[in-house]
Amino acid sequence: MDFNTTDEQTMLRDTVARYLADTYSFDNRMKTVHGDVAGGAGWNPAVWKAFAEELGILGAPFAEAHGGLGGGAVENMIVMEEIGRALVIEPYLPTVVIAGGALKATGGDLADAVIPEIIAGTAVIAFAYAEPQGRYNLADLRTTAKKDGAGYLLSGHKSVVYSAPYATHLLVTARTGGDQRDQDGVSLFLIPADAKGVSRRDYPTVDGSAASEVYFENVAVGAEQRIGGEGTALPLVEQIVDEATAAICAEACGVTRVLHATTLDYAKQRKQFGKAIGDFQVIQHRLVDMFMEVEQAVSITLMATLKLDTAERAAAVSAAKSKVGKACKFVGQNAVQIHGGIGISNELAVGHYFKRSTMIEGQFGSVDHHLRRYERITIG
Amino acid sequence: MDLSFSAEDIAFRDEVRAFIKDSYPPHLNGKIEEGEELSKEDFLSWHKVLAQKGWIAPAWPVQYGGTGWTSVQRYIWSEETARADAIRLMPFGLSMVGPVIYTFGTQEQKDRFLPGILSGDVWWCQGYSEPGAGSDLANLRTKAERFTGDDGKEYYRVNGQKTWTTMAQHADWGFFLVRTNPTAKAQEGISFLLIDMKSPGITVRPIITLGGEHEVNEVWLEDVIVPVDQRIYEENKGWTCAKFLLAHERTGIAGVAASKRGVERIKTIARSELDEGEQLIQNPFFKRKIAELEVDLSALEFTELRTLAGESSGKGPGPESSLLKIKGTEIQQRITELALEAAGHYGAPYFRGFGEGDNEHPIGPDYTHRTAPTYFNMRKTSIYGGSNEIQRNIIAKMVLGL
Ligand SMILES: Cc1cc2nc3c(=O)[nH]c(=O)nc-3n(C[C@H](O)[C@H](O)[C@H](O)COP(=O)(O)OP(=O)(O)OC[C@H]3O[C@@H](n4cnc5c(N)ncnc54)[C@H](O)[C@@H]3O)c2cc1C
Ligand SMILES: Cc1cc2nc3c(=O)[nH]c(=O)nc-3n(C[C@H](O)[C@H](O)[C@H](O)COP(=O)(O)OP(=O)(O)OC[C@H]3O[C@@H](n4cnc5c(N)ncnc54)[C@H](O)[C@@H]3O)c2cc1C
Repeated sequence: MDFNTTDEQTMLRDTVARYLADTYSFDNRMKTVHGDVAGGAGWNPAVWKAFAEELGILGAPFAEAHGGLGGGAVENMIVMEEIGRALVIEPYLPTVVIAGGALKATGGDLADAVIPEIIAGTAVIAFAYAEPQGRYNLADLRTTAKKDGAGYLLSGHKSVVYSAPYATHLLVTARTGGDQRDQDGVSLFLIPADAKGVSRRDYPTVDGSAASEVYFENVAVGAEQRIGGEGTALPLVEQIVDEATAAICAEACGVTRVLHATTLDYAKQRKQFGKAIGDFQVIQHRLVDMFMEVEQAVSITLMATLKLDTAERAAAVSAAKSKVGKACKFVGQNAVQIHGGIGISNELAVGHYFKRSTMIEGQFGSVDHHLRRYERITIG
Repeated sequence: MDLSFSAEDIAFRDEVRAFIKDSYPPHLNGKIEEGEELSKEDFLSWHKVLAQKGWIAPAWPVQYGGTGWTSVQRYIWSEETARADAIRLMPFGLSMVGPVIYTFGTQEQKDRFLPGILSGDVWWCQGYSEPGAGSDLANLRTKAERFTGDDGKEYYRVNGQKTWTTMAQHADWGFFLVRTNPTAKAQEGISFLLIDMKSPGITVRPIITLGGEHEVNEVWLEDVIVPVDQRIYEENKGWTCAKFLLAHERTGIAGVAASKRGVERIKTIARSELDEGEQLIQNPFFKRKIAELEVDLSALEFTELRTLAGESSGKGPGPESSLLKIKGTEIQQRITELALEAAGHYGAPYFRGFGEGDNEHPIGPDYTHRTAPTYFNMRKTSIYGGSNEIQRNIIAKMVLGL
């Protein structure tokens, strides 16, 4: 058994961490959130360019044949944990982990064309999968792609598509057959974000990103834009969502680590009743409990990441997400509580880490959703 | 022992229900339901209706403008207003400084300040906390030095900084704890002053909170001149007023009636939301959480009723009220957690709320669009009014003798 990272992985972590420490200060992040940077609203294109050109991290999980670094899930985990630490809002998750993951899994001409663009930073991809009625069921789809000659006509409404306002492409799930919640009949498409018939309503999210409601009205999609088989893409969608879920768990590890560290630091500084509040045993024990939650989140995230390519993938990911979701809530709420009034103010970073940790709880499935899925898989 | 309402109680309930139905300002409908930020005018329009009716201060003694209701009637009143989703009035005048003034004030002070509180013409804010004095309130530094003015009258000159002052941006007057004797032991040398917020030397600066709201402020006092007759009770004995007020603050804070309404709202949301094609309320996990919430709320409700019964038999609100504060706020927070959970993906869009003339429709179903900001905002309840850790310390010391 070996939990050590390779030299390359250590270097990857150091490179990302150093870059973010130097350039991605909390103040700079908030400027991006408020749309005060050139060329972007809710993201910073210059940061994305640096990710591609200076750091080369957009190629982290891709094969060298495509121009990548030859890594995989562990590299994604490393990058996502740093993204969590710095509260990065740029779309590594949907572009590299999700869309990149789908293309990597299926290969072919589309992958050969788009993966190099992802690595170069020119393809920015949002994942349009959730629908108003669907909650966390990936197969609950009303969006349809009807056969039209050699291609399809795509129609439907996708909810809360993070990064859609500035994406160049949309990765979309739709029904090419079957009934609303059937396992069969799900297909996956990669389409240009500005295709005719696509419209959006853009808005900010509570955790600082930009998202959209995306509407498709008879959007013409070529057969070559389909990823995976027609009507048989659900297993692929489940796989990429599991990979994304493991990645977001890694992000949560970064977020909760910072929440804990910041709160610990504050408890040592803040004086009430003539001593540091960290001298009160209730605060000490709370910080210890937070610490234990973070460490266990890190462990179970590692477990899930290492099992992504095994038959235990789904159970491992659901185990991780349910545990990490609880950690997000416990650590986030207590970080605010121990900060007292200051924890409620929008000026301090701690509240923004809390907001992100709260949103992670629900992304790709709540604690309950994943416990239920875990039960179904392992207990029956 | 008897849990049922008498015939008079039921008649009273019907009267109250009819009154609210007929008199609640229609433009406020839906505002509580959707967790919208409330304006000063929103609060005032309901306040004025109640003041007109003589029902603005059920907790006050009749001689000062109270209603003379029994504790059961007061309980019915809070049930009915919550049931109707009526705005909960700001506590600073009615529940905090009002009782301090009629308990500790001179006749002249009562005559001068109580009418404005009842009518709603004067808005109050609470200037207790300071950057270095939160939980450790007695560590406050804002100082008030006494001097004789050119007119021969006695004044205080006040200097310092207060923080977290809720609604100070709207307040006409504030009640402040200040240090009048710098050499006395912490709790001793503190006085309770009423200060006109328009006095020269007062600056109010906003603090924006996690949900994007402007609720709290920093208040700076620079050479603010306050006549001595605006001090309540004896000089250097303000701590007595402060403690009295905090105990009052805590009883209201349990919020049982509003939480009951909150639980109903969660059920409505969970009936509308779908999960695996079924109503979310049929999801056994979610259903269990609602059930647990209801059970905990019942236990809290009957604890509060026992406390009320004790109060009406002559025992003031004691340290037991800390229990109501802790459990009440925990339940309020859990309600906001469940609402956010029920909202699913639609918890994420940030929507500031309707402004006047703003007709852009929010993202997702109406009941989702303020769930996250409300959840973030309600984290304050376990911090303010004496944090829940401090409340537990109080129970440990005062009730358990530890
Ligand atoms: C089944 C069993 C087998 C055992 N076997 C052995 C053995 O083989 N050899 C041996 O030498 N001993 C043995 N022990 C003894 C064991 O190590 C002690 O019970 C243990 O150290 C606790 O001491 P105590 O029982 O005196 O409790 P106390 O020390 O009196 O503690 C009482 C409570 O106070 C809490 N407490 C104490 N100090 C603090 C603090 N500073 N902060 C917060 N909380 C505090 C404790 O956590 C505990 O909850 C055994 C005990 C049990 C129950
Ligand atoms: C939204 C909001 C509105 C408010 N409105 C007002 C207002 O109108 N007027 C006003 O005067 N104040 C107001 N307050 C201030 C409020 O009363 C204080 O925030 C509160 O007393 C806590 O003080 P603090 O923020 O300085 O936290 P601190 O006292 O610094 O506490 C930090 C943490 O340490 C814990 N802690 C502190 N001491 C102990 C101890 N002895 N044992 C165990 N744990 C301890 C606390 O529980 C908390 O978790 C408001 C606060 C908020 C958040």
